[in-house]
Amino acid sequence: MGMGAMMVPAFASGRQVTAEVLMEPGMDAASKKVLADIALNTAKSLGASYADARIGRYLNQYVFTREDRVQNIVNTESFGVGVRVIANGTWGFASTDDVTEEGIRKATNQAVAIAKANGKIQKEPVQLAPVESHGEVSWKTPLKKNSMEVPVSEKVDLLLSANASALENGASFVNSALFMVNEQKYFASTEGSYIDQDVHRIWPTFGVTVVDRDAGKFKSRDSLSAPMGMGFEYMDGTESEKLEGPAGIKLYRHSYDIVEDAAAAAIQAKEMLSAKSVDAGKYSLVLEPNHLGLTIHESVGHPLELDRVLGYEANYAGTSFATLDKWKSGDFKYGSDLVNLVADKTQPYSLGAVGYDDEGVKTKKWDLVRNGVLVNYQAIRDQVNMIDQNESHGCCYAQSWNDVQFQRMPNVSLEPGKEPYSIDEMISDVEKGIYIAGRGSYSIDQQRYNFQFGGTVFYEIKDGKIAGMLNDVAYQSNTQEFWNSCTKICDESDYRMFGSFFDGKGQPPQVSAVSHGCSTTRFDNVNVINTGRNI
Amino acid sequence: MAIYSKEEARNILEKALSFSTADSCEVSLNGSNSGNIRYARNTVSTAGYRSNQSLAISAAFGKKVGTATTNELNDEAIQRTVKRAEELAQLSPENPEFMEPLGPQEYIETPTYVEATANITPEQRAEIAANSIGPASEKDVTAAGFLNDSDGFTAMMNSNGLFAYNRSTSADFTVTMRSNDGTGSGWASSDVNDISKLNASDASMRAIDKALMSRKARAIEPGKYTVILEPAASEQLLGNMFGSFNARTADEGRSFMSKEGGGNKLGEKIVDERVNIWSDPQHPEVPTRAWDGNGQSLKKMNWLENGVVKNLYYSRYWAEQQGVDPVPGPSNGIMDGGDASLEDLIKDTRRGVLVTRLWYIRSVDPQTLLYTGLTRDGTFYIENGKIMYPVKNFRFNESPIIMLNNLEALGQQVRINGSLIPYMKVRDFTFTSLSDAV
Repeated sequence: MGMGAMMVPAFASGRQVTAEVLMEPGMDAASKKVLADIALNTAKSLGASYADARIGRYLNQYVFTREDRVQNIVNTESFGVGVRVIANGTWGFASTDDVTEEGIRKATNQAVAIAKANGKIQKEPVQLAPVESHGEVSWKTPLKKNSMEVPVSEKVDLLLSANASALENGASFVNSALFMVNEQKYFASTEGSYIDQDVHRIWPTFGVTVVDRDAGKFKSRDSLSAPMGMGFEYMDGTESEKLEGPAGIKLYRHSYDIVEDAAAAAIQAKEMLSAKSVDAGKYSLVLEPNHLGLTIHESVGHPLELDRVLGYEANYAGTSFATLDKWKSGDFKYGSDLVNLVADKTQPYSLGAVGYDDEGVKTKKWDLVRNGVLVNYQAIRDQVNMIDQNESHGCCYAQSWNDVQFQRMPNVSLEPGKEPYSIDEMISDVEKGIYIAGRGSYSIDQQRYNFQFGGTVFYEIKDGKIAGMLNDVAYQSNTQEFWNSCTKICDESDYRMFGSFFDGKGQPPQVSAVSHGCSTTRFDNVNVINTGRNI
Repeated sequence: MAIYSKEEARNILEKALSFSTADSCEVSLNGSNSGNIRYARNTVSTAGYRSNQSLAISAAFGKKVGTATTNELNDEAIQRTVKRAEELAQLSPENPEFMEPLGPQEYIETPTYVEATANITPEQRAEIAANSIGPASEKDVTAAGFLNDSDGFTAMMNSNGLFAYNRSTSADFTVTMRSNDGTGSGWASSDVNDISKLNASDASMRAIDKALMSRKARAIEPGKYTVILEPAASEQLLGNMFGSFNARTADEGRSFMSKEGGGNKLGEKIVDERVNIWSDPQHPEVPTRAWDGNGQSLKKMNWLENGVVKNLYYSRYWAEQQGVDPVPGPSNGIMDGGDASLEDLIKDTRRGVLVTRLWYIRSVDPQTLLYTGLTRDGTFYIENGKIMYPVKNFRFNESPIIMLNNLEALGQQVRINGSLIPYMKVRDFTFTSLSDAV
């Protein structure tokens, strides 16, 4: 799942502060250790068999503009502590923004009381996989420019320049936004770890609309940026990080040129107003990474979350077709032999990269699908025993100190092709196809079989050549059928990351940020529908 | 954390305003205590308790606005926060759309607070979960559910004399029951302001029945079908339709409500004449706060009357630009229904599909309000007035505008997600493919 580009996210619920506050260092690690130990010792004295405390300071800055004006600048800071315990074999959790000895004791008491109340109806006592005791350690997103230290005026100027660029090129309307996040989180547990982490993320985005009032029609084209686990250096627009795509489309790797992309968006949105409506039927699809990333997210990332497979998410997001018997068989063909899908919490520039997860497990990379066969899931400390493993995969996360941590999707990526193969070569090999770039409409069932995806821009491919823009395109398929129809993957020179900044899961719902890397990939014989309607 | 009374909140807000030297100032205070329990696999999984409060200050010099917030409420902290908001305002660019704060408003009373809900304990939550899990275990069904309860208040005041206060409680329960052979699934919900009206056990039994009835579904061809949509199935599509009732995007030419050649569809008949949709914060079944985030008073308002667009919402800025009165958006949705029960609607159907709910609904084309999504947790084939057998889930591609034009019949209303929505029967609903999901 994800959220709309222009919404103020639900987790922007911290208190609003000035930009200067976002640069203040916050409480030092030694003081946090003293406070965390109060939670751990209180929990143990109340009979808890395990406890962890997360003292978090979450900083967000969002800038929203439209056309020539700033709509809103939001600076928030949220500081507090979440205490999680196991008592009578049952989880309990409580949080407070009163980060004092008394506040922490009270929250810990509440967490233990909840665990004990629920312990009476517990039928599956929690079993935690062993974890290494890390002592006092720290980790930080490798940054060149801390976004929180860049003046707000520079951010406003950049967005307004992008808007002006879109308007000069024919846009009727343009909305743009910059989301910047810094999680300063301190984790301590009764296992003997004290982990201090400083995590940064950024997402620039816009939506350009062109209106033909006489015809009563409008078309929109969103940005081709990806949210990244980077600082403000992502906004530099470095030439060496740009790629030339089919039909003159500019694509971006680890650096984004928002002014250039906004101009292109206006031109393409105008072209959409008169583009051909697609003929429904079977096509070869050539899917650009910033598009395919969302398909990976929905059809691979979510179904291989072990909590879904086991039924813990049955009441909300659903369960999964990728059941344990399929995994145990050792020969379940998730995709064609070319398909290698990996989970990775360490990938540089990715949204999911951290040193340790939110229950103190050192992060790593592992296989989910190898040579097309399902080989593993995504699981955390209280789950791995259910798949006969004894080591957590390190993908536990909470959106803030105020929420309980649980299994969240790591970065899940498709490995690039091993042989040299370019996007131009791929297009020239296709007789009847559609090239799709960027994210669009997306929907998938609660067990992740049937999906339908749109995109940002569509181009028809005829006899190995781009034959013009298309409208009204969506493809429908079944996850296993789709991944088994994968016939070609471009090499690593085309590898880029898509990202979801506000991926939703759980009750109460929480968001997390996750990246998905791949190169442009070809899928054959996929069902394309025409979504045009006359009302 | 304290939940502040009206007078306590008034005192804190007055104090905050007294520190301001800005041209205008708006302050708001809110706080909540909420608790939850989650269960799955017929046992409890996670549970938690959250407590939050915050005081937000928006100060303006001319059209330059700054906002700062604190969760400390002593004099020094409040004064510091006001000063910070004023500093931020001086540094901000002018917002050409800034509107002066409203003057004093009159608000109607709404019954949003019930003390029993505020007093719920962890033991009561565990008991509600146990009363859902117990019957499931007895019927060879697996329960997964979630209960969230909340007690909170919001208050606001500004330098032009406006003061508003509301306290409200809520309890929201949802449950999914899955048959242990993995072939059947049922879902039900109950959402209330008053915990004594929460009927978690009934909801659990309904979901169990659906799970058992939906086992071993048959595949039927996708295509256009007459459907009976339970309120949980239509509520989100209707809510999405209301996203386009914004006058500004309509006037700008970029919504379904835009008119060919310019302007908007206010006064036009867009759906079947039996469709009447309105909002009312005072409705006893679905009460809401009687003011919006800007302090504008909310009253009963018709949106669709006999199929005609009666109102679009106008922000204060856009209303001023257009020379009309502002119209705040709806805080709930009430759609007129009829007397027919679900059973009556089924009895009158020669051939159709009963849909419990729709899932993963996403916009496909904002121009036509086309949405896609899937049926879930109980889809059944109806023939000659009877449910014949469960059918596999479908993907749909449909517009709520087309849906409300193809209306066949309306049934009784049910509260769902804070709104009152009737059962409805609709012809030619477009299912485009089958899903194997249970």
